[in-house]
Amino acid sequence: MKNRLKVLRAERDWSQADLADRLGVSRQSVNAIEKGRYDPSLPLAFAIADVFEMTIEEIFEKDA
Amino acid sequence: MGSPKNPAIKRYIARVATLMALYLVVLFTAKWTFENAQVEGPLAYALAIAPALPLIGVFWAVMRYLTEESDEYLRMLVVRQCLFATGFCLTIVTIWQWLQNFDLAQPGNGGFGAAFFWFIGLGFGALYNKLTLGDWGNLW
Repeated sequence: MKNRLKVLRAERDWSQADLADRLGVSRQSVNAIEKGRYDPSLPLAFAIADVFEMTIEEIFEKDA
Repeated sequence: MGSPKNPAIKRYIARVATLMALYLVVLFTAKWTFENAQVEGPLAYALAIAPALPLIGVFWAVMRYLTEESDEYLRMLVVRQCLFATGFCLTIVTIWQWLQNFDLAQPGNGGFGAAFFWFIGLGFGALYNKLTLGDWGNLW
């Protein structure tokens, strides 16, 4: 699944560790999600959407 | 290993360190007793099984870690490690068993039981995680 995490982080000047702290997960998790190696569960996807004050669809995009 | 800030990992390390220390004490006590004293009957069985208990405790610690780890990605890495370890262990033990069935391997296991191969499998499982997902996982 593609996502815009890296861009959204950069816009806010957040490091992966900053985002991980806000989500209450490890930096490894953020890195794996950002690189598309791991698709988050629905609760974590909602948490990510809440942190960026966006909808899940605005952040994640299904593979073509 | 994972970040020492992770409370689930801290508890896992404390549990495994305690169980391994206990394992060494029980193992040497059992070996010394069997070599230096006449042990028979139910006591002999209890003494023979005693070193297995801390190892079973390590299995418990791994499963406990899985229930206590709140980070779903780290949890998934360890689940993959455990599945890899289980498959590795079953493969080795099954091949060994059939070599023995046809007298191509000596009877007995030389002290290397299923637990030994499962723990080795955890290490290979971590390598598998690293190669396929880029992260080792917390238990290795």
